[in-house]
Amino acid sequence: MPQPVITASQLTKTYGDFTAVDAIDFEVAPGESFGLLGPTGAGKSTTMRMVGAVSTRTSGDLSILGLDPNAHGPDIRSQLGVVPQQDNLDQELRVRDNLLVYGRYFGLPRSVVAERADALLEFAQLADRRKSKVDDLSGGMKRRLTIARALINEPRILLLDEPTTGLDPQARHILWDRLFRLKEQGTTLVLTTHYMDEAEQLCDRLVVVDKGRIMAEGSPASLIREYSSKEVLEVRFGSDKNAEIAESIRDIGERHEVLPDRILIYTGNGEAELEQITQRGLQPITSLVRRSSLEDVFLRLTGRSLIE
Amino acid sequence: MSAATISDQGALQPRRSALYAGNTGAVIHRGLLATRSTNYLVVLSGFFEPVFYLLSLGIGFGALVGSVQTSTGQEVSYAAFIAPALLAVSAMNGAVYDSTWNVFFKLNYSKLYQGMLTTSLGPLDVALGEIFLALLRGAMYAVGFMVIMQAFGLNLAWTALLALPAVLLIAFGFASLGMAITSYMKTFQQIEWVTFIMLPMFLFSATFYPITVYPEAIQWVIQALPLWHAVELVRGLTTGALSAMMFVHIGYYLVMIAIGIVFTTSRLRALFLK
Repeated sequence: MPQPVITASQLTKTYGDFTAVDAIDFEVAPGESFGLLGPTGAGKSTTMRMVGAVSTRTSGDLSILGLDPNAHGPDIRSQLGVVPQQDNLDQELRVRDNLLVYGRYFGLPRSVVAERADALLEFAQLADRRKSKVDDLSGGMKRRLTIARALINEPRILLLDEPTTGLDPQARHILWDRLFRLKEQGTTLVLTTHYMDEAEQLCDRLVVVDKGRIMAEGSPASLIREYSSKEVLEVRFGSDKNAEIAESIRDIGERHEVLPDRILIYTGNGEAELEQITQRGLQPITSLVRRSSLEDVFLRLTGRSLIE
Repeated sequence: MSAATISDQGALQPRRSALYAGNTGAVIHRGLLATRSTNYLVVLSGFFEPVFYLLSLGIGFGALVGSVQTSTGQEVSYAAFIAPALLAVSAMNGAVYDSTWNVFFKLNYSKLYQGMLTTSLGPLDVALGEIFLALLRGAMYAVGFMVIMQAFGLNLAWTALLALPAVLLIAFGFASLGMAITSYMKTFQQIEWVTFIMLPMFLFSATFYPITVYPEAIQWVIQALPLWHAVELVRGLTTGALSAMMFVHIGYYLVMIAIGIVFTTSRLRALFLK
């Protein structure tokens, strides 16, 4: 078992009376792709800031690459790549200069930075935009430039805070592809997200966080196995009837979640359960049988959906 | 590999302090690149204000005034009396514009410092780099102004050469204190207060007439302000009226620089590494 690159134990951050991160424990192994999944306000970003050595913990222990971030911020940060939730590219500099200048912040020699900048522009599919102003880039391009910038110091750990929030589907897929390549190259990825598909695509292992606490931990597949059924049947009867009808079909399936707009029925066989419902003379407006996802895990654990 | 090294076990060996990575040069490099690519015209505009004062008051109004006595009792022309004061003002203006408006924008809107502090830079690197850039702007204004003084024959002694390091010191002092004050500000309105304080300081710091016109109590107030020390120091050097008081003026600025750096660094740390 290789030594973990990140070890947090009883890690806590409070702001006044508010506890943003509440005594959480986790470890991240080198080369692993680790996710923090939870709704807005769950404490994901605060955890990321502490791991990124830009926020001091209130209590507990944290070790990044064997060092305490409270005492060795610059040393730790020299080995991290950070992609913040909101792009903070340097608007006064052009695309390639953003990479050059950022590399110099790490004290890297000019020639090394220049070479890496060109390679990273290729990697980020921005080689033809090297002289553009940052403002003229699309949202997806800015995000890719931010990731390229975070790689200029060849970090051992890449921290991504909601990397694809606000991007259109196509831009997200391009980004996932790039991140997947990094993962294949052995870069340790730590990411926060409130998108299930993103977590399922990118994470080897994740923790589900809510209100500053870890609710569950495991690989996406094992979490689904443990906390949900194989399939989910979604039926809609109209928002005024859902609750009432849910009562009458309680015996169908293993478990129900009644949401304002639909009823989720957890089961091993969705088609068979749908059959039963229609046999009772109930005709849903729409129905859908799908595989269980992390969304269902989250719903099960917290009673709330991730994006409200 | 940068300054931190990796041991056999994969753990980092600590090399740097939490405050300073010895990489101020990268912050300065960024500032010069940004100025070159976007806003050198804006930089230029602030230079002319003291030049216009010199032309209007020194040359025009000065013809009515005749000569004036400096604090060491020397008789000089009115233009030669106010020119060194305006030189000090140009150093102050450049440093203060840069360390207030520009720094405020970078702190609160462009998130520049936030980005810098996610790298291996420490808050002291950022503070020193940004203060140096503000100082540089002040120094550029001042050097330009000195050339104009020389052209009008307003440098009366060889010691005027020493006014160059003096204006660097003055710009450094205002840049350092300016950035410290700006780092505590939350709104643009608060920066207007700086302008509100600077105007009377500019007009009343023995800039346009000797301090002896004031009653003693007001003289004490004026002498507590930074611009008076700058004006006296530079005036002594360009007119050749040297005195031991100059060491007091220099000391005043050294303290101002130190206070500014300490407060800026701790404030950047509190804001971005909390």
